[in-house]
Amino acid sequence: MPDIDALARRLRSELGPAQVITDRQELRTYECDGLAHYKVVPAVVALPHTAAQVAAVVRACAEAGVPFVARGSGTGLSGGALPHAEGVLIVTAQMRRIVEVAPADERAVVEPGVINLQVTRAATPHGYYYAPDPSSQQICSIGGNVAENSGGAHCLKYGFTTNHVTGLQIVTPDGDLVRLGGRAPDPPGYDLIGAFVGSEGTLGIATEVTVKLTRLPETVRTLLAAFGSIDQAGAATSAIIGAGVVPAAIEMMDALAIEAAEAAVACGYPPGAAAVLIVELDGPGAEVEAQFEQVTGLCEGNGAFEIRIAADDAERALFWKGRKSAFAAVGRISPDYIVQDGVIPRTALPEVLRRISEVASEHGVRVANVFHAGDGNLHPLVLFDAHVEGEAERAETVSGAIIDLCIEYGGSITGEHGVGMDKAKYMPRMFGADDLDTMQLVRCAFDPAMLSNPGKIFPTPRLCGEKPGSGLHQRFPGVEVF
Amino acid sequence: MGALEELTRPATGDDHVGGVPARLVGAPASTEEAAALVAAARDLTVVVRGGGTKLHWGPAPRALDLIIDTRRLTGMVEHAAGDLITVLRAGTPLDDLALGDQQLALDAPEGATVGGTVATGASGPRRMHYGTARDLLIGITVVRSDGTVTKAGGKVVKNVAGYDLGKLYTGSYGTLGLITECVFRLHPRPAAHAYVRSTAPAQAVPAILAAQVAPTAIEVDSATGELAVLVEGTPTGVRERSALLEKLLAGEVSEKPPSWWGRPPWPEDGIGMKLSVPLSQVPALIETGSAVRGSAGAGVLYAAARDITEVERLRALCVRGGGHAVVLTAPASVRDILDMWGPVPGLALMRRIKDQFDPGHRFAPGRFVGGI
Repeated sequence: MPDIDALARRLRSELGPAQVITDRQELRTYECDGLAHYKVVPAVVALPHTAAQVAAVVRACAEAGVPFVARGSGTGLSGGALPHAEGVLIVTAQMRRIVEVAPADERAVVEPGVINLQVTRAATPHGYYYAPDPSSQQICSIGGNVAENSGGAHCLKYGFTTNHVTGLQIVTPDGDLVRLGGRAPDPPGYDLIGAFVGSEGTLGIATEVTVKLTRLPETVRTLLAAFGSIDQAGAATSAIIGAGVVPAAIEMMDALAIEAAEAAVACGYPPGAAAVLIVELDGPGAEVEAQFEQVTGLCEGNGAFEIRIAADDAERALFWKGRKSAFAAVGRISPDYIVQDGVIPRTALPEVLRRISEVASEHGVRVANVFHAGDGNLHPLVLFDAHVEGEAERAETVSGAIIDLCIEYGGSITGEHGVGMDKAKYMPRMFGADDLDTMQLVRCAFDPAMLSNPGKIFPTPRLCGEKPGSGLHQRFPGVEVF
Repeated sequence: MGALEELTRPATGDDHVGGVPARLVGAPASTEEAAALVAAARDLTVVVRGGGTKLHWGPAPRALDLIIDTRRLTGMVEHAAGDLITVLRAGTPLDDLALGDQQLALDAPEGATVGGTVATGASGPRRMHYGTARDLLIGITVVRSDGTVTKAGGKVVKNVAGYDLGKLYTGSYGTLGLITECVFRLHPRPAAHAYVRSTAPAQAVPAILAAQVAPTAIEVDSATGELAVLVEGTPTGVRERSALLEKLLAGEVSEKPPSWWGRPPWPEDGIGMKLSVPLSQVPALIETGSAVRGSAGAGVLYAAARDITEVERLRALCVRGGGHAVVLTAPASVRDILDMWGPVPGLALMRRIKDQFDPGHRFAPGRFVGGI
């Protein structure tokens, strides 16, 4: 059994006493991430200030055979930063230095604790911004974005975190500091950055991130279109994509989601809408104006009964306010809810939404739909009251059925929230045993002892080439590794 | 070996890689056949060959028993136009895709296959806007070195389920297994396009970027002293943006690209290099006096080096500037005494990846970084 007290003493001497937490009450602050129904109190929390300190903590863990979990701002929605009860939680939130903004290279170099929106704020004076914009961008960290390969409303046009990271400094699960890539594109060798981004903390910890900066567009135009049915809004989405337009974003909300948003932030969407679309175009003025007219026509042609065009930034912000607050707003119309995250081919949208509503009514559960319609990324909010006998179970059933629908239609079990703790059980439904085995070859290359965020992503850990009998349980008796 | 004899033919004089002759050639027509072939070839060293347009890239293999030719593994499995995706078999030539008003936005030489382009991570001028194979690939099927068929990714663009192995396979030079099928995201074919050709210096790039013309590509060529920009979009938009560029660069608008556009600057038997640098370092590369050509908008250029001294000089310049310089191709006499890949950060982790995926080091042995 690893000696946690000895490990904590070692960490205190390496980091300083203020940066290591072992007090039970203080530890409880870190018992969950954004998915609050999973709770585990970590054995130790470490708050490193530098990459060298992260390396020191990881090295100490590796030598003691103690698992560790990285955490940024703790806003993740799949339990990816859920602590390990016998492990160390390494919180990177103190590492929030913007090392450099280099507009001439279209890059910024930041520490992992830097907040997503801060990168954009630092780049804006130079005419640039950081494109990936998860809804939580005011509080989520770049380190967390790297772990989760975060997306956002605008990834339809601009891609995800993985398309915007060109360099990483990581601490490997052995405790080594390694630099991968940098400001230049295409470093020679395997694309380890591509493997690392989105690996949910299972291949090590990012301690510095070099990101691409994107030119601020000359023009941004946003419209809000209200429809009498979901099918009409879905058809309008398909028509826009079919016309060869690549909007920056196409977002959809259904009547229940609109009701919640109105109750929470009074966004003033058109009354009586069964669905609203927010469509945003950006780019050179000459392009955007022509396409915006086309998009407006396609919304009208597909039955929009009201179209509002944002006259200025304030009105645009109001359109987005309803959308971006939708998750939290659902709390106004339901005491409890599950946020689901699944992906379907965009063309299956109307059919899948119909089947979701069938499953929901079958189980007597309400589902509010908010989603990135342009890329088929659904965020159904399954509403329930935990105080009513059996409702939580029914909501869980519906939520699981939605994931099954995503798989049935050839989509994915997660578009941006990650697998984490929450969806590891669904992985075998999307991938075969050989596929999961192959992914874990990468895990074995980086982390043969399986100490880096164990128990996440993969329902069944692979033994890394050891002979039977020398597995993790034998080497680290008593340590829960999955 | 019975199974192997049925699945292969004896090699002929053309069946070599970098001058190393193969003994056998197999040409599977499906993922299943490919898996059977790889399983039967368990003790053999293997190099995968597509259209052969880049087979001379990289060091020669340390050993070569079997060439797996993908040119029967062809065809479009699916084109879901409404979802903007396509599924292609690895041997499908990229210049042979019938995608209607959509496109797979990868630049490749004539005859290049899907698999070869992904395996080498090759790219061209339009990478500035569309990204490279790693950005467009959303799903992949690979036969592992032990014959196991495995998939990663899927058929939707937005997908974070599991490790993104497609990125690891992209640019792996066939050292991790045999790619048999790829799923790509597509883009609409633009309604209009224009090239603006000029003799503006590479220093003009920041002004082009600041001009809000959203270029698809900015290419420079040291030999002609030209700088050319591609803009794509709506007819009105393209007209306005190209007119703006014409003025800014004192250039001229043209329907067609300059003849050097997207072509390597080296002669057939020359030393060809790929240089990648931070954007601000591009002008310095153009001014070296070497024959350099490529994307000033993405920081990826190609150079024709006369000799090893020039290779070293260009490499030193790139590495000092925070970039990389890889020798893609060279005559055998030069190739065999040259470190083609240059310095490779993270090499120790890469060796561990290789050991996991191909423990016998049978796939393209010696072709990749650090002798992998």
